[in-house]
Amino acid sequence: MRYSGFRVIAEALTGHKGWKPAWRDPEPQSSYDYIIVGGGGHGLATAYYLAKEFKQARIAVLEKGYLGGGNVGRNTTIIRSNYLLDGNEPFYEFSLKLWEGLEQDFNYNAMVSQRGIINLYHTDAQRDAYTRRGNAMILHGADAELLNRDQVRAMYPFLNFDNARFPIKGALMQRRGGTVRHDAVAWGYARGADMRGVDLIQNCEVTGIRTGGGRVTGVDTTRGFIGAKKVGVAVAGSSSKVMSHVNMRLPMESHVLQAFVSEGLKPLIDGVMTYGAGHFYVSQSDKGGLVFGGDIDGYNSYAQRGNMPVVEDVAEGGMSLMPLIGRARLLRSWGGIMDMSMDGSPIIDKTDIDGLYFNGGWCYGGFKATPASGWCFAHLMTTDQPHPTATAYRFDRFRKGLMIDEKGQGAQPNLH
Amino acid sequence: MIINHPLLGPRDAQEFTYLGDAALMDRPDGMAFPSAEAAQDAFHDYLYLRDNPAGEHRELWFHEQGDRSWLVVTRNTVTHEITKVEFARDVARRRGRSK
Repeated sequence: MRYSGFRVIAEALTGHKGWKPAWRDPEPQSSYDYIIVGGGGHGLATAYYLAKEFKQARIAVLEKGYLGGGNVGRNTTIIRSNYLLDGNEPFYEFSLKLWEGLEQDFNYNAMVSQRGIINLYHTDAQRDAYTRRGNAMILHGADAELLNRDQVRAMYPFLNFDNARFPIKGALMQRRGGTVRHDAVAWGYARGADMRGVDLIQNCEVTGIRTGGGRVTGVDTTRGFIGAKKVGVAVAGSSSKVMSHVNMRLPMESHVLQAFVSEGLKPLIDGVMTYGAGHFYVSQSDKGGLVFGGDIDGYNSYAQRGNMPVVEDVAEGGMSLMPLIGRARLLRSWGGIMDMSMDGSPIIDKTDIDGLYFNGGWCYGGFKATPASGWCFAHLMTTDQPHPTATAYRFDRFRKGLMIDEKGQGAQPNLH
Repeated sequence: MIINHPLLGPRDAQEFTYLGDAALMDRPDGMAFPSAEAAQDAFHDYLYLRDNPAGEHRELWFHEQGDRSWLVVTRNTVTHEITKVEFARDVARRRGRSK
């Protein structure tokens, strides 16, 4: 069923009796050509592009819980391509271009809103760094603008411009950045994949990966063994758990990242904003809640909930940036589990086992990467060659000294 | 989280900084390998690869805003429950280091 404005009107006139479930709930078959482990944003996008762009068939997505119940359902919905390094920027710009055409492509309203993102700077050194970053973005075909203090003041007059220690001097702006309705991304990809014959199998946890003769032969699941010619693992957050089935140790730790939403407020922030003097980023949802977050808690965790010190730290960041939120009440907070990699960048690569592919290590930047991650992973799984924008995301970059370390923190995952 | 420091008693985890898996105490001896490649492999694995278990995890915490001791904390990464806290130096000495 195609969704359209006409369809909505027709259904409204006939009592909404014609809507059908957006995807099937099939029983797993005994074998597939492609199995994607993980029914989150990246896994569903991979299946969608495998079927649509790479014309593959006999594909299944295995999800241990329900579709989109992991990090794609618990992020802060921001899309942008404001990276500095050559290994990253072309990939994220590819992703942003896919976002721009996504809703037409998969015929689903994902509420892609290019409302602009600004990164505030507070010192001359930060301004210089953002100038360099902006130039790097422009050289890779993205858009970037350096705003001065007056331009930022015209947009957000309520910010704490004259803080004695961290006065706001201006911002780096990417107008094409913005927000997307995160759950709808999972649902849109799920529906698009299902329409093209992909089996989306929920409540099906992978408990083992079988190999024979150096090749992957299938996966053991809570719903029995399922054979496969190729298996792609896209389970960021639980990557180490799943890859331990083939005794692979990964260059990453799992950490918890918290996010928050305030009670609904009148329109206040029409774009996305990041604070340059503390780790705090904020946007406003269409329902009026301020959606914001900050640092990870900083210790290994699979708990999907964090502790109070980070709540306090994020709230302090928010208060020092925009004191007017002091009376707003916090409505909800939640936590998600991140693959924090050793250089802060992801991995989309083959493994030593033929037919076993890996996608993970997204740190806390995975949501914006969803379309390109799916596309590049599908490209890798069909051609055995990395997509041109994802050639740097290899396992062996640590061995070869080719780290993609945007923050320059070294092999310390909780600092990225 | 409260970390029960062996000398100072229960302290808030905020006083500590976190380094990672306690296996980081066992840095390979670069001179003990038959070839440079073998040493390189060992250092790659030591520096970049982690077990990252869901469940019991032995990890290094530094009491930065306290007595500046290094601790080995045994903590469950699923529940955040801390079951054991030891001085890292005691752990190392038990294994014959610094003799």
